[in-house]
Amino acid sequence: MRDSNGRRIRMGINMCLKIVSRCCVAGVGILVCAPLLLLLSGSLADGIEWNRRIQPLLRDSQEYIEWKWIPDYPTLENYKELLFYAPDFLVLFWNSVRMSFCILTGQFLVGVPAAWAFSVYRFKGRGVLFSIYIVLMLLPFQTTMLAKYLVLDGMGLTDSQWAVILPAVFSTVPVFLIYRGFQGIPGELLEAAEMDGAGQWDIFRRIGLPLGESSITAAFVIGFFEVWNMVEEPLAFLKSMPLWPLSLFLSQVGPQQAGRACAASAVTLAVSLFVFGMFRDSLEQGIVASALKM
Amino acid sequence: MKLRRHWSCTLRNRRELRRAKRFLFLLPSLVGVSCFVLLPFGQVTVSSFFTVLTGKFVGLRNYGEVFQNAAFGLAAANTARFIAVGIPLLLAGSLGLALMIHGISKPDKYKYLYLLPMAVPAATMALVWKLLFSGQGFLNRILGTHVDFLGQGSAFFILVGSYIWKNLGYTMVLWLAGLKSISDGILDAAKVDGAGKVKSFFLITLPCLKGSLFTIFVVSLLNSFKAFREVWLVGGAYPQRDIYMLQNVFYNWYVNLEQDKLAAGAVISAVILGTVSLLLQRLWDSGDR
Repeated sequence: MRDSNGRRIRMGINMCLKIVSRCCVAGVGILVCAPLLLLLSGSLADGIEWNRRIQPLLRDSQEYIEWKWIPDYPTLENYKELLFYAPDFLVLFWNSVRMSFCILTGQFLVGVPAAWAFSVYRFKGRGVLFSIYIVLMLLPFQTTMLAKYLVLDGMGLTDSQWAVILPAVFSTVPVFLIYRGFQGIPGELLEAAEMDGAGQWDIFRRIGLPLGESSITAAFVIGFFEVWNMVEEPLAFLKSMPLWPLSLFLSQVGPQQAGRACAASAVTLAVSLFVFGMFRDSLEQGIVASALKM
Repeated sequence: MKLRRHWSCTLRNRRELRRAKRFLFLLPSLVGVSCFVLLPFGQVTVSSFFTVLTGKFVGLRNYGEVFQNAAFGLAAANTARFIAVGIPLLLAGSLGLALMIHGISKPDKYKYLYLLPMAVPAATMALVWKLLFSGQGFLNRILGTHVDFLGQGSAFFILVGSYIWKNLGYTMVLWLAGLKSISDGILDAAKVDGAGKVKSFFLITLPCLKGSLFTIFVVSLLNSFKAFREVWLVGGAYPQRDIYMLQNVFYNWYVNLEQDKLAAGAVISAVILGTVSLLLQRLWDSGDR
Protein backbone atom coordinates (compact mmCIF):
# COMPACT_ATOMS: atom_id res chain seq x y z
CA MET A 1 0.00 0.00 0.00
CA ARG A 2 2.71 2.41 1.06
CA ASP A 3 4.78 1.42 -1.89
CA SER A 4 2.09 2.25 -4.42
CA ASN A 5 1.49 5.59 -2.72
CA GLY A 6 5.17 6.35 -3.01
CA ARG A 7 5.13 5.43 -6.64
CA ARG A 8 2.13 7.65 -7.25
CA ILE A 9 3.84 10.57 -5.59
CA ARG A 10 6.98 9.97 -7.57
CA MET A 11 4.98 9.82 -10.79
CA GLY A 12 3.26 13.06 -9.84
CA ILE A 13 6.59 14.74 -9.22
CA ASN A 14 7.90 13.48 -12.54
CA MET A 15 4.80 14.77 -14.28
CA CYS A 16 5.23 18.18 -12.65
CA LEU A 17 8.89 18.28 -13.63
CA LYS A 18 7.99 17.48 -17.20
CA ILE A 19 5.36 20.20 -17.36
CA VAL A 20 7.70 22.71 -15.74
CA SER A 21 10.50 21.94 -18.16
CA ARG A 22 8.14 22.14 -21.12
CA CYS A 23 6.95 25.55 -19.94
CA CYS A 24 10.54 26.66 -19.45
CA VAL A 25 11.49 25.53 -22.92
CA ALA A 26 8.52 27.21 -24.56
CA GLY A 27 8.86 30.37 -22.46
CA VAL A 28 12.52 30.88 -23.24
CA GLY A 29 11.76 30.13 -26.87
CA ILE A 30 9.15 32.86 -27.03
CA LEU A 31 11.52 35.25 -25.28
CA VAL A 32 14.13 34.39 -27.87
CA CYS A 33 11.82 35.26 -30.74
CA ALA A 34 10.11 38.33 -29.25
CA PRO A 35 12.55 40.91 -30.68
CA LEU A 36 11.83 39.63 -34.18
CA LEU A 37 8.10 40.12 -33.73
CA LEU A 38 8.67 43.65 -32.47
CA LEU A 39 10.72 44.34 -35.55
CA LEU A 40 8.13 42.97 -37.95
CA SER A 41 5.35 45.00 -36.38
CA GLY A 42 7.60 48.04 -36.45
CA SER A 43 8.14 47.69 -40.17
CA LEU A 44 4.40 47.90 -40.75
CA ALA A 45 3.96 51.28 -39.07
CA ASP A 46 4.03 54.29 -41.38
CA GLY A 47 6.35 57.28 -41.22
CA ILE A 48 3.96 59.56 -39.35
CA GLU A 49 3.36 57.01 -36.66
CA TRP A 50 7.08 56.37 -36.30
CA ASN A 51 7.74 60.09 -36.05
CA ARG A 52 5.35 60.30 -33.16
CA ARG A 53 6.78 57.20 -31.51
CA ILE A 54 10.41 58.07 -31.91
CA GLN A 55 10.12 61.73 -30.88
CA PRO A 56 11.34 61.16 -27.30
CA LEU A 57 14.58 59.68 -28.60
CA LEU A 58 15.28 62.62 -30.89
CA ARG A 59 14.31 65.34 -28.45
CA ASP A 60 15.91 63.63 -25.50
CA SER A 61 12.80 64.30 -23.46
CA GLN A 62 11.39 62.46 -20.47
CA GLU A 63 8.89 60.43 -22.45
CA TYR A 64 9.46 56.95 -23.76
CA ILE A 65 9.55 55.40 -27.17
CA GLU A 66 6.18 53.94 -27.85
CA TRP A 67 6.22 50.40 -29.07
CA LYS A 68 3.08 48.56 -29.97
CA TRP A 69 2.63 44.98 -31.01
CA ILE A 70 0.20 46.11 -33.68
CA PRO A 71 0.64 49.50 -35.36
CA ASP A 72 -2.28 51.94 -35.47
CA TYR A 73 -2.52 51.89 -39.23
CA PRO A 74 -0.71 48.85 -40.58
CA THR A 75 0.72 49.59 -44.00
CA LEU A 76 3.27 48.24 -46.44
CA GLU A 77 4.43 51.76 -47.24
CA ASN A 78 7.94 51.16 -45.87
CA TYR A 79 8.46 48.14 -48.04
CA LYS A 80 7.07 49.91 -51.09
CA GLU A 81 9.40 52.83 -50.53
CA LEU A 82 12.38 50.59 -49.97
CA LEU A 83 11.85 48.27 -52.89
CA PHE A 84 10.64 50.77 -55.49
CA TYR A 85 11.81 54.25 -54.54
CA ALA A 86 15.18 53.64 -52.90
CA PRO A 87 17.65 52.66 -55.63
CA ASP A 88 20.58 52.49 -53.23
CA PHE A 89 18.85 49.81 -51.22
CA LEU A 90 18.39 47.63 -54.27
CA VAL A 91 21.98 48.15 -55.38
CA LEU A 92 23.26 47.02 -52.00
CA PHE A 93 20.79 44.16 -51.88
CA TRP A 94 22.12 42.78 -55.16
CA ASN A 95 25.68 43.42 -53.98
CA SER A 96 24.96 41.17 -51.05
CA VAL A 97 23.39 38.52 -53.24
CA ARG A 98 26.27 38.59 -55.70
CA MET A 99 29.00 38.48 -53.09
CA SER A 100 27.29 35.72 -51.13
CA PHE A 101 26.90 33.66 -54.27
CA CYS A 102 30.53 34.08 -55.32
CA ILE A 103 31.89 33.35 -51.85
CA LEU A 104 29.77 30.28 -51.27
CA THR A 105 30.49 28.85 -54.72
CA GLY A 106 34.19 29.42 -54.19
CA GLN A 107 34.07 27.85 -50.74
CA PHE A 108 32.33 24.85 -52.21
CA LEU A 109 34.94 24.35 -54.93
CA VAL A 110 37.87 24.88 -52.58
CA GLY A 111 36.70 23.83 -49.14
CA VAL A 112 34.87 20.57 -49.78
CA PRO A 113 37.77 18.80 -51.55
CA ALA A 114 40.16 20.07 -48.87
CA ALA A 115 37.93 18.69 -46.13
CA TRP A 116 37.83 15.39 -48.02
CA ALA A 117 41.60 15.26 -48.27
CA PHE A 118 42.01 15.94 -44.55
CA SER A 119 39.42 13.41 -43.56
CA VAL A 120 40.28 10.48 -45.81
CA TYR A 121 43.96 10.65 -46.71
CA ARG A 122 46.87 10.17 -44.38
CA PHE A 123 49.83 12.15 -45.64
CA LYS A 124 52.94 13.62 -44.15
CA GLY A 125 52.34 16.80 -42.23
CA ARG A 126 48.60 16.28 -42.17
CA GLY A 127 48.31 16.77 -38.43
CA VAL A 128 50.38 19.94 -38.42
CA LEU A 129 48.53 21.35 -41.40
CA PHE A 130 45.14 20.65 -39.89
CA SER A 131 46.22 22.28 -36.63
CA ILE A 132 47.19 25.35 -38.63
CA TYR A 133 43.78 25.32 -40.29
CA ILE A 134 42.05 25.22 -36.91
CA VAL A 135 44.17 28.09 -35.61
CA LEU A 136 43.39 30.12 -38.74
CA MET A 137 39.73 29.37 -38.26
CA LEU A 138 39.84 30.77 -34.74
CA LEU A 139 41.69 33.97 -35.58
CA PRO A 140 39.31 36.91 -35.69
CA PHE A 141 39.31 38.94 -38.88
CA GLN A 142 41.17 41.85 -37.28
CA THR A 143 44.22 39.71 -36.63
CA THR A 144 44.73 38.85 -40.27
CA MET A 145 43.35 42.15 -41.57
CA LEU A 146 46.75 43.75 -42.17
CA ALA A 147 48.13 40.62 -43.87
CA LYS A 148 45.11 40.42 -46.17
CA TYR A 149 45.30 44.11 -46.90
CA LEU A 150 48.93 43.81 -47.96
CA VAL A 151 48.11 41.05 -50.46
CA LEU A 152 45.01 42.74 -51.81
CA ASP A 153 46.86 46.00 -52.15
CA GLY A 154 49.64 44.23 -53.99
CA MET A 155 47.13 42.72 -56.38
CA GLY A 156 45.44 46.08 -56.84
CA LEU A 157 42.13 44.74 -55.58
CA THR A 158 41.36 47.11 -52.72
CA ASP A 159 38.04 48.86 -53.03
CA SER A 160 36.65 46.21 -55.32
CA GLN A 161 34.29 43.44 -54.29
CA TRP A 162 36.98 40.87 -55.02
CA ALA A 163 38.77 42.18 -51.94
CA VAL A 164 35.94 40.77 -49.86
CA ILE A 165 35.24 37.70 -51.96
CA LEU A 166 38.71 36.21 -52.48
CA PRO A 167 39.90 35.95 -48.86
CA ALA A 168 36.50 34.63 -47.79
CA VAL A 169 36.65 31.85 -50.38
CA PHE A 170 39.70 30.46 -48.62
CA SER A 171 38.17 30.59 -45.16
CA THR A 172 39.01 27.46 -43.17
CA VAL A 173 35.75 27.36 -41.23
CA PRO A 174 33.82 25.26 -43.80
CA VAL A 175 36.80 22.91 -44.08
CA PHE A 176 36.57 22.19 -40.36
CA LEU A 177 32.79 21.78 -40.31
CA ILE A 178 32.66 19.52 -43.38
CA TYR A 179 35.68 17.53 -42.21
CA ARG A 180 33.72 16.37 -39.19
CA GLY A 181 30.91 15.21 -41.47
CA PHE A 182 33.24 13.22 -43.74
CA GLN A 183 34.75 11.56 -40.67
CA GLY A 184 31.45 9.78 -40.21
CA ILE A 185 31.81 7.80 -43.44
CA PRO A 186 32.95 4.27 -42.56
CA GLY A 187 36.40 3.32 -43.80
CA GLU A 188 35.19 -0.08 -45.07
CA LEU A 189 33.01 1.63 -47.61
CA LEU A 190 35.92 3.55 -49.08
CA GLU A 191 38.04 0.44 -48.98
CA ALA A 192 35.41 -1.53 -50.89
CA ALA A 193 35.12 1.16 -53.52
CA GLU A 194 38.88 1.17 -53.87
CA MET A 195 38.88 -2.62 -54.34
CA ASP A 196 36.28 -2.30 -57.06
CA GLY A 197 38.66 -0.08 -58.90
CA ALA A 198 36.99 3.25 -58.38
CA GLY A 199 39.27 6.23 -58.90
CA GLN A 200 39.89 8.82 -56.20
CA TRP A 201 37.70 11.35 -57.92
CA ASP A 202 34.85 8.86 -58.34
CA ILE A 203 35.01 7.90 -54.68
CA PHE A 204 34.81 11.54 -53.71
CA ARG A 205 31.95 12.29 -56.07
CA ARG A 206 29.91 9.09 -55.70
CA ILE A 207 30.45 8.34 -52.02
CA GLY A 208 31.87 11.41 -50.31
CA LEU A 209 29.50 14.04 -51.60
CA PRO A 210 26.22 12.11 -51.11
CA LEU A 211 27.13 10.80 -47.66
CA GLY A 212 28.52 14.08 -46.46
CA GLU A 213 25.58 15.99 -47.85
CA SER A 214 23.97 17.11 -44.62
CA SER A 215 27.17 18.45 -43.11
CA ILE A 216 28.05 20.18 -46.37
CA THR A 217 24.62 21.78 -46.46
CA ALA A 218 24.89 22.79 -42.82
CA ALA A 219 28.31 24.31 -43.35
CA PHE A 220 26.97 26.34 -46.24
CA VAL A 221 23.83 27.47 -44.47
CA ILE A 222 26.01 28.65 -41.59
CA GLY A 223 28.36 30.16 -44.16
CA PHE A 224 25.47 31.98 -45.78
CA PHE A 225 24.36 33.54 -42.48
CA GLU A 226 27.95 34.59 -42.03
CA VAL A 227 28.33 36.19 -45.45
CA TRP A 228 24.91 37.76 -45.43
CA ASN A 229 25.91 39.42 -42.15
CA MET A 230 29.37 40.56 -43.16
CA VAL A 231 30.40 43.72 -41.35
CA GLU A 232 34.13 43.68 -40.67
CA GLU A 233 35.47 42.74 -44.11
CA PRO A 234 33.60 45.28 -46.24
CA LEU A 235 34.20 47.90 -43.58
CA ALA A 236 37.93 47.42 -43.89
CA PHE A 237 38.27 46.87 -47.63
CA LEU A 238 35.41 48.70 -49.34
CA LYS A 239 35.57 52.46 -49.22
CA SER A 240 32.87 53.40 -51.70
CA MET A 241 29.29 52.88 -50.68
CA PRO A 242 27.92 51.52 -54.00
CA LEU A 243 30.07 48.44 -53.41
CA TRP A 244 28.77 47.76 -49.90
CA PRO A 245 26.65 44.79 -48.91
CA LEU A 246 23.26 45.25 -47.33
CA SER A 247 24.54 44.51 -43.84
CA LEU A 248 26.45 47.80 -43.84
CA PHE A 249 23.52 49.77 -45.26
CA LEU A 250 21.51 48.99 -42.17
CA SER A 251 24.14 50.63 -40.01
CA GLN A 252 23.70 53.86 -41.96
CA VAL A 253 19.97 54.31 -41.40
CA GLY A 254 19.44 56.67 -38.49
CA PRO A 255 16.62 56.55 -35.96
CA GLN A 256 14.80 59.23 -37.96
CA GLN A 257 13.97 56.55 -40.47
CA ALA A 258 13.16 53.82 -37.99
CA GLY A 259 10.32 52.48 -40.08
CA ARG A 260 12.59 52.14 -43.06
CA ALA A 261 15.29 50.56 -40.93
CA CYS A 262 12.79 48.03 -39.62
CA ALA A 263 11.64 47.23 -43.14
CA ALA A 264 15.22 46.89 -44.39
CA SER A 265 16.01 44.63 -41.44
CA ALA A 266 12.92 42.61 -42.18
CA VAL A 267 13.94 42.14 -45.82
CA THR A 268 17.45 41.10 -44.78
CA LEU A 269 15.99 38.79 -42.21
CA ALA A 270 13.44 37.38 -44.65
CA VAL A 271 16.17 36.11 -46.95
CA SER A 272 17.97 34.47 -44.03
CA LEU A 273 14.74 32.97 -42.78
CA PHE A 274 13.93 31.63 -46.22
CA VAL A 275 17.28 29.85 -46.34
CA PHE A 276 16.78 28.70 -42.76
CA GLY A 277 13.34 27.31 -43.57
CA MET A 278 14.51 25.52 -46.69
CA PHE A 279 17.43 23.80 -45.04
CA ARG A 280 16.52 23.60 -41.38
CA ASP A 281 16.52 19.81 -41.28
CA SER A 282 19.89 19.37 -42.92
CA LEU A 283 21.16 22.26 -40.84
CA GLU A 284 20.30 20.38 -37.69
CA GLN A 285 21.60 17.05 -38.99
CA GLY A 286 24.79 18.70 -40.14
CA ILE A 287 25.36 20.38 -36.80
CA VAL A 288 24.76 17.02 -35.15
CA ALA A 289 27.30 15.38 -37.45
CA SER A 290 29.88 18.03 -36.62
CA ALA A 291 29.52 17.40 -32.90
CA LEU A 292 30.06 13.66 -32.94
CA LYS A 293 33.56 12.45 -32.77
CA MET A 294 34.42 9.35 -34.71
CA MET B 1 40.16 4.96 -37.11
CA LYS B 2 42.00 1.66 -37.40
CA LEU B 3 40.16 0.71 -40.57
CA ARG B 4 40.98 3.99 -42.12
CA ARG B 5 44.64 3.48 -41.43
CA HIS B 6 44.44 -0.07 -42.75
CA TRP B 7 42.80 1.19 -45.89
CA SER B 8 45.62 3.55 -46.56
CA CYS B 9 48.11 0.73 -45.90
CA THR B 10 46.71 -1.43 -48.67
CA LEU B 11 47.39 1.38 -51.01
CA ARG B 12 51.06 1.58 -50.24
CA ASN B 13 52.20 -0.11 -53.45
CA ARG B 14 50.36 2.34 -55.64
CA ARG B 15 51.15 5.22 -53.39
CA GLU B 16 53.58 7.13 -55.54
CA LEU B 17 51.12 7.47 -58.37
CA ARG B 18 48.20 8.26 -56.12
CA ARG B 19 49.93 10.77 -53.94
CA ALA B 20 49.99 13.46 -56.58
CA LYS B 21 46.34 12.88 -57.36
CA ARG B 22 45.26 13.04 -53.73
CA PHE B 23 47.18 16.18 -53.22
CA LEU B 24 45.08 17.84 -55.90
CA PHE B 25 42.11 17.78 -53.51
CA LEU B 26 43.98 19.87 -51.01
CA LEU B 27 45.95 22.01 -53.41
CA PRO B 28 43.50 24.84 -54.20
CA SER B 29 42.73 25.43 -50.56
CA LEU B 30 46.38 25.26 -49.58
CA VAL B 31 47.44 27.69 -52.28
CA GLY B 32 44.69 30.15 -51.36
CA VAL B 33 45.32 29.94 -47.64
CA SER B 34 49.06 30.39 -48.09
CA CYS B 35 48.60 33.20 -50.54
CA PHE B 36 46.03 35.19 -48.59
CA VAL B 37 46.90 34.41 -44.99
CA LEU B 38 50.02 32.40 -44.24
CA LEU B 39 52.62 34.12 -46.40
CA PRO B 40 51.44 37.69 -45.84
CA PHE B 41 51.14 36.93 -42.15
CA GLY B 42 54.75 35.86 -42.21
CA GLN B 43 55.58 39.17 -43.77
CA VAL B 44 53.57 40.97 -41.08
CA THR B 45 55.48 39.04 -38.42
CA VAL B 46 58.78 40.10 -39.92
CA SER B 47 57.63 43.69 -40.29
CA SER B 48 56.61 43.80 -36.63
CA PHE B 49 60.32 43.98 -35.77
CA PHE B 50 60.91 47.01 -37.99
CA THR B 51 59.50 50.49 -38.25
CA VAL B 52 57.28 50.91 -41.26
CA LEU B 53 58.40 54.38 -42.24
CA THR B 54 62.17 54.04 -42.19
CA GLY B 55 62.49 50.27 -42.31
CA LYS B 56 64.87 50.33 -39.37
CA PHE B 57 65.21 47.22 -37.21
CA VAL B 58 63.82 48.00 -33.77
CA GLY B 59 63.69 44.57 -32.16
CA LEU B 60 60.84 44.23 -29.71
CA ARG B 61 60.05 47.92 -29.42
CA ASN B 62 56.74 47.63 -31.27
CA TYR B 63 55.67 44.91 -28.88
CA GLY B 64 56.63 47.04 -25.91
CA GLU B 65 54.52 49.86 -27.27
CA VAL B 66 51.53 47.61 -27.72
CA PHE B 67 51.76 46.26 -24.19
CA GLN B 68 52.08 49.76 -22.74
CA ASN B 69 49.20 51.06 -24.81
CA ALA B 70 46.30 51.90 -22.49
CA ALA B 71 43.63 51.21 -25.10
CA PHE B 72 45.11 47.79 -25.80
CA GLY B 73 45.17 46.94 -22.09
CA LEU B 74 41.57 47.97 -21.60
CA ALA B 75 40.41 46.11 -24.69
CA ALA B 76 42.35 42.95 -23.83
CA ALA B 77 40.83 42.95 -20.36
CA ASN B 78 37.34 43.47 -21.78
CA THR B 79 37.74 40.73 -24.37
CA ALA B 80 39.09 38.31 -21.77
CA ARG B 81 36.23 39.18 -19.45
CA PHE B 82 33.71 38.72 -22.22
CA ILE B 83 35.05 35.27 -23.06
CA ALA B 84 35.37 34.27 -19.40
CA VAL B 85 31.78 35.30 -18.63
CA GLY B 86 30.07 34.55 -21.93
CA ILE B 87 31.31 31.09 -22.81
CA PRO B 88 30.67 29.35 -19.46
CA LEU B 89 27.22 30.93 -19.29
CA LEU B 90 26.46 29.87 -22.84
CA LEU B 91 27.73 26.32 -22.33
CA ALA B 92 25.88 25.85 -19.05
CA GLY B 93 22.66 27.47 -20.28
CA SER B 94 22.55 25.52 -23.49
CA LEU B 95 23.36 22.27 -21.70
CA GLY B 96 20.51 22.89 -19.27
CA LEU B 97 18.17 23.62 -22.14
CA ALA B 98 19.35 20.57 -24.05
CA LEU B 99 18.69 18.37 -21.01
CA MET B 100 15.19 19.79 -20.69
CA ILE B 101 14.43 19.40 -24.39
CA HIS B 102 15.93 15.92 -24.40
CA GLY B 103 13.38 14.96 -21.75
CA ILE B 104 10.23 16.10 -23.53
CA SER B 105 8.53 14.44 -26.44
CA LYS B 106 8.38 16.00 -29.92
CA PRO B 107 11.10 18.55 -29.32
CA ASP B 108 11.46 19.57 -32.96
CA LYS B 109 9.39 22.71 -33.04
CA TYR B 110 11.23 24.10 -30.03
CA LYS B 111 14.56 23.32 -31.60
CA TYR B 112 13.72 25.41 -34.65
CA LEU B 113 12.51 28.21 -32.42
CA TYR B 114 15.91 28.31 -30.76
CA LEU B 115 17.89 28.00 -33.97
CA LEU B 116 16.08 30.99 -35.42
CA PRO B 117 18.32 33.72 -33.88
CA MET B 118 21.22 32.34 -35.94
CA ALA B 119 19.55 33.84 -38.98
CA VAL B 120 19.10 37.30 -37.49
CA PRO B 121 21.50 39.86 -38.99
CA ALA B 122 23.70 41.79 -36.60
CA ALA B 123 22.35 45.10 -37.85
CA THR B 124 18.84 44.01 -36.92
CA MET B 125 20.08 43.15 -33.47
CA ALA B 126 21.71 46.53 -33.12
CA LEU B 127 18.44 48.24 -33.92
CA VAL B 128 16.58 46.12 -31.39
CA TRP B 129 19.24 46.92 -28.78
CA LYS B 130 18.80 50.63 -29.30
CA LEU B 131 15.04 50.47 -29.07
CA LEU B 132 15.10 48.26 -25.99
CA PHE B 133 17.91 49.72 -23.93
CA SER B 134 18.33 53.39 -24.76
CA GLY B 135 17.38 56.04 -22.22
CA GLN B 136 13.85 56.37 -23.58
CA GLY B 137 13.59 52.74 -24.60
CA PHE B 138 11.35 49.87 -23.84
CA LEU B 139 13.08 48.60 -20.72
CA ASN B 140 13.06 52.06 -19.13
CA ARG B 141 9.39 52.31 -19.89
CA ILE B 142 8.76 49.15 -17.91
CA LEU B 143 11.03 50.21 -15.07
CA GLY B 144 9.84 53.81 -15.13
CA THR B 145 13.40 55.13 -15.19
CA HIS B 146 15.64 56.97 -17.62
CA VAL B 147 18.84 55.02 -17.59
CA ASP B 148 20.91 54.70 -20.74
CA PHE B 149 21.76 51.04 -20.40
CA LEU B 150 24.03 51.16 -23.43
CA GLY B 151 26.05 54.06 -22.05
CA GLN B 152 27.26 52.43 -18.86
CA GLY B 153 28.62 49.20 -17.44
CA SER B 154 25.43 47.30 -18.18
CA ALA B 155 26.33 47.46 -21.87
CA PHE B 156 28.73 44.61 -21.18
CA PHE B 157 25.96 42.39 -19.91
CA ILE B 158 23.72 43.33 -22.80
CA LEU B 159 26.53 42.19 -25.07
CA VAL B 160 26.89 38.90 -23.18
CA GLY B 161 23.12 38.51 -23.31
CA SER B 162 22.94 39.01 -27.04
CA TYR B 163 25.83 36.60 -27.58
CA ILE B 164 23.97 33.96 -25.61
CA TRP B 165 20.71 34.82 -27.34
CA LYS B 166 22.25 34.31 -30.71
CA ASN B 167 24.17 31.10 -30.00
CA LEU B 168 21.90 29.32 -27.52
CA GLY B 169 20.08 27.24 -30.12
CA TYR B 170 23.16 26.26 -32.07
CA THR B 171 25.04 25.17 -28.97
CA MET B 172 21.99 23.37 -27.68
CA VAL B 173 21.70 21.30 -30.84
CA LEU B 174 25.37 20.38 -30.46
CA TRP B 175 24.76 19.23 -26.89
CA LEU B 176 21.63 17.34 -27.96
CA ALA B 177 23.70 15.42 -30.49
CA GLY B 178 26.01 14.36 -27.68
CA LEU B 179 23.09 13.44 -25.43
CA LYS B 180 21.49 11.29 -28.11
CA SER B 181 24.69 9.32 -28.59
CA ILE B 182 24.64 8.12 -24.96
CA SER B 183 22.99 4.74 -24.99
CA ASP B 184 19.96 4.31 -22.78
CA GLY B 185 21.40 0.98 -21.66
CA ILE B 186 24.10 2.59 -19.54
CA LEU B 187 21.66 4.96 -17.90
CA ASP B 188 19.20 2.13 -17.21
CA ALA B 189 21.95 -0.01 -15.76
CA ALA B 190 22.92 2.85 -13.46
CA LYS B 191 19.31 3.21 -12.41
CA VAL B 192 19.10 -0.48 -11.57
CA ASP B 193 22.27 -0.15 -9.55
CA GLY B 194 20.53 2.51 -7.51
CA ALA B 195 22.10 5.68 -8.89
CA GLY B 196 19.83 8.69 -8.61
CA LYS B 197 19.24 11.16 -11.41
CA VAL B 198 21.80 13.62 -10.11
CA LYS B 199 24.41 10.96 -9.57
CA SER B 200 24.00 9.39 -12.98
CA PHE B 201 24.13 12.85 -14.57
CA PHE B 202 27.50 13.62 -13.03
CA LEU B 203 28.98 10.15 -13.33
CA ILE B 204 27.65 9.09 -16.73
CA THR B 205 26.09 11.85 -18.79
CA LEU B 206 28.75 14.50 -18.22
CA PRO B 207 31.77 12.27 -18.90
CA CYS B 208 30.08 10.99 -22.06
CA LEU B 209 29.56 14.55 -23.25
CA LYS B 210 33.25 15.29 -22.98
CA GLY B 211 33.59 14.19 -26.60
CA SER B 212 31.28 16.93 -27.82
CA LEU B 213 32.93 19.57 -25.69
CA PHE B 214 35.81 20.26 -28.08
CA THR B 215 33.64 21.20 -31.03
CA ILE B 216 31.24 23.11 -28.82
CA PHE B 217 34.01 25.09 -27.18
CA VAL B 218 35.78 25.85 -30.45
CA VAL B 219 32.58 26.99 -32.12
CA SER B 220 31.58 29.09 -29.10
CA LEU B 221 34.98 30.76 -29.02
CA LEU B 222 34.79 31.43 -32.72
CA ASN B 223 31.38 32.99 -32.33
CA SER B 224 32.40 35.04 -29.32
CA PHE B 225 34.66 37.08 -31.59
CA LYS B 226 31.67 37.83 -33.78
CA ALA B 227 29.93 39.71 -30.99
CA PHE B 228 32.08 42.58 -32.20
CA ARG B 229 29.58 43.23 -34.97
CA GLU B 230 26.93 44.30 -32.52
CA VAL B 231 29.50 46.40 -30.67
CA TRP B 232 30.45 48.12 -33.89
CA LEU B 233 26.92 48.68 -35.09
CA VAL B 234 25.77 50.08 -31.76
CA GLY B 235 28.83 52.00 -30.64
CA GLY B 236 30.94 52.61 -33.73
CA ALA B 237 34.70 53.03 -33.39
CA TYR B 238 34.57 54.15 -29.77
CA PRO B 239 31.81 52.31 -27.93
CA GLN B 240 31.13 52.41 -24.22
CA ARG B 241 34.29 51.64 -22.16
CA ASP B 242 33.21 48.19 -21.03
CA ILE B 243 32.51 46.87 -24.50
CA TYR B 244 35.61 48.34 -26.11
CA MET B 245 36.99 45.15 -27.61
CA LEU B 246 40.37 44.17 -29.04
CA GLN B 247 38.77 44.25 -32.47
CA ASN B 248 38.00 47.94 -31.92
CA VAL B 249 41.63 48.68 -31.08
CA PHE B 250 42.88 46.81 -34.12
CA TYR B 251 40.38 48.49 -36.37
CA ASN B 252 41.28 51.93 -35.06
CA TRP B 253 44.98 51.24 -35.60
CA TYR B 254 44.14 50.10 -39.11
CA VAL B 255 42.19 53.27 -39.88
CA ASN B 256 44.87 55.49 -38.36
CA LEU B 257 47.58 53.69 -40.33
CA GLU B 258 49.49 52.67 -37.20
CA GLN B 259 50.99 49.69 -38.93
CA ASP B 260 53.76 49.07 -36.39
CA LYS B 261 51.34 48.49 -33.56
CA LEU B 262 48.89 46.64 -35.76
CA ALA B 263 51.56 44.17 -36.89
CA ALA B 264 52.79 43.55 -33.34
CA GLY B 265 49.21 43.27 -32.04
CA ALA B 266 48.30 40.80 -34.76
CA VAL B 267 51.28 38.60 -33.93
CA ILE B 268 50.51 38.72 -30.20
CA SER B 269 46.88 37.73 -30.69
CA ALA B 270 47.80 35.00 -33.18
CA VAL B 271 50.33 33.55 -30.75
CA ILE B 272 47.85 33.56 -27.87
CA LEU B 273 45.03 32.03 -29.90
CA GLY B 274 47.40 29.55 -31.51
CA THR B 275 48.62 28.39 -28.10
CA VAL B 276 45.09 28.08 -26.78
CA SER B 277 43.99 26.12 -29.81
CA LEU B 278 46.98 23.79 -29.73
CA LEU B 279 46.46 23.16 -26.01
CA LEU B 280 42.82 22.38 -26.70
CA GLN B 281 43.74 19.93 -29.45
CA ARG B 282 46.34 18.30 -27.22
CA LEU B 283 43.80 17.93 -24.41
CA TRP B 284 41.28 16.60 -26.86
CA ASP B 285 43.63 14.00 -28.30
CA SER B 286 44.90 12.83 -24.92
CA GLY B 287 41.30 12.41 -23.76
CA ASP B 288 40.97 9.72 -26.42
CA ARG B 289 43.58 7.35 -25.24
